[in-house]
Amino acid sequence: MNETIQTLLTYWDLEFVRYAVIVGLLIALCSSLLGVTLVLKRFSFIGDGLSHVAFGAMAISTLLSVTLKQASHGNSVFAKFLEDTNGMVIILPVTLLAAVLLLRTGQNTKIKGDAAIAMISVGSLALGYMLMNMFPGSANVSGDVCSTLFGSTSILTLTSTKVIICAILAAIVIAVFIIFYNRIFSVTFDENFAKASGVKSDGYNLLIAIITATIIVLAMNLVGSLLISALIIFPALSSMRLFKSFKSVVICSAVISVICAFVGMVVSILNSTPVGSTIVTADIAVFLLFSLIAAVTKRN
Amino acid sequence: MGKQIECKNCTLGYEGVPVTEGINFTVNSGDYLCILGENGSGKSTLIKSLLGLRPVMKGDIDWCEAKHGEIGYLPQQTLVQRDFPASVREIVISGCMAKGKFHPFILKEDKERAAKAMEQLGITDLEKHCYRELSGGQQQRVLLARALCASGKILLLDEPVTGLDPKAQNDLYEMIAKLNADGMTIIMVSHDIHAAVKYASHVLHIGSKKQLFYGTKEDYVNSKLGQSFINSEEAEHDE
Repeated sequence: MNETIQTLLTYWDLEFVRYAVIVGLLIALCSSLLGVTLVLKRFSFIGDGLSHVAFGAMAISTLLSVTLKQASHGNSVFAKFLEDTNGMVIILPVTLLAAVLLLRTGQNTKIKGDAAIAMISVGSLALGYMLMNMFPGSANVSGDVCSTLFGSTSILTLTSTKVIICAILAAIVIAVFIIFYNRIFSVTFDENFAKASGVKSDGYNLLIAIITATIIVLAMNLVGSLLISALIIFPALSSMRLFKSFKSVVICSAVISVICAFVGMVVSILNSTPVGSTIVTADIAVFLLFSLIAAVTKRN
Repeated sequence: MGKQIECKNCTLGYEGVPVTEGINFTVNSGDYLCILGENGSGKSTLIKSLLGLRPVMKGDIDWCEAKHGEIGYLPQQTLVQRDFPASVREIVISGCMAKGKFHPFILKEDKERAAKAMEQLGITDLEKHCYRELSGGQQQRVLLARALCASGKILLLDEPVTGLDPKAQNDLYEMIAKLNADGMTIIMVSHDIHAAVKYASHVLHIGSKKQLFYGTKEDYVNSKLGQSFINSEEAEHDE
């Protein structure tokens, strides 16, 4: 036991580990807050869809930076900028656009919400993978793809600029959620009523879409694009098993998410397992535990 | 006894295709108007227009003293709501959201308003209960209390008894009648001709092309249309 603590303390002395923990906890908190709304609005899969869009956008930005570099013999300022920001300048706007389009189609359009999500999700995954293969950014394409999808190492290579960007975005997300909490509840519970009583629900849907996209782009650093859905839906689903008011569900899922993210990161450091999947495993364990408690209390 | 809503020669429809034409009626304070009509006759379009969510294609709706957003709306239940983890109190208070200026937090007057609405509908003791664990009739009362929070003058009910068992239906109708007796204007969209005949003061019957009837309940019962509609419903009941 002492040895374990010793190892952890050694790791804690490393700057990149501290960065990873800070960013990880912030992302876990943000995604769980929004997760409750998304799950209840029947948008569980939007996280999945958007994360694939983000993957596609990342492939495009890699492609851009590689071609620009080749064209300018390594002197392109923009290519360097793209690399420095991890392609954020392309990924964020593209994902935002997709989020807005998807949540728009949620209502009355020819292609229904779930089909639209499936279409965009699979489409951008396929295109992204194809682009990455045709114009490889490095020698190890499958390694690149794997780390983008499962976020294996990128969280350990965060620079302090990225941590600051991440913290600011997280703070904005949390502030927006708190300020608009009552409206978000009202739009989530009953959009028709909210609209009828004069709440601008289209505006709030747009707001939710924008926050979702932002969180997903942030979370790509932590768990990779494939596991983002898990961060969004698991804490929400777990707390819905047990809690009976919206507020308690939101608070509980935030707590679950932060604890799971922390435990997951500690375990992954100690056992050198992939960070993203370890966190999600912790989330799954909590979900099973809560389901069990719910089943037992119901019987009594 | 002021005029609250006046609908003048309205044409309803969507995407440029008219569904019903020539809708004319007036709602006065304290009325109980029942809107009848088959599926596809434009009832839901009429609701959206009355709520100010969709413009009428032709004609004019005049909200004389009731401003937009002052109509308390009881929509049909959605799939999302059935397993929604929210307490009764949270839902009732969400009816106050549209009032006045934007406040990030809930005001004291909103809390009082919600408490009063819950008391009126006899659900004060359910305040802390979870919405999804209530019976259908209780859920409708919660939504009705929320509608009361949104409006003090007019309630617009969209098929409020759908999916309830006969006793719960009856209870809800009595509840609505009581609100009406206390001075609330009620506009109810319904299939249920018997409730219309029993509770309403006025009837608006719309067909798939045009308005078929508007007038007092007594006139409707004595009209040819009313007679045939009531009889056909009874025949269906007997089968």
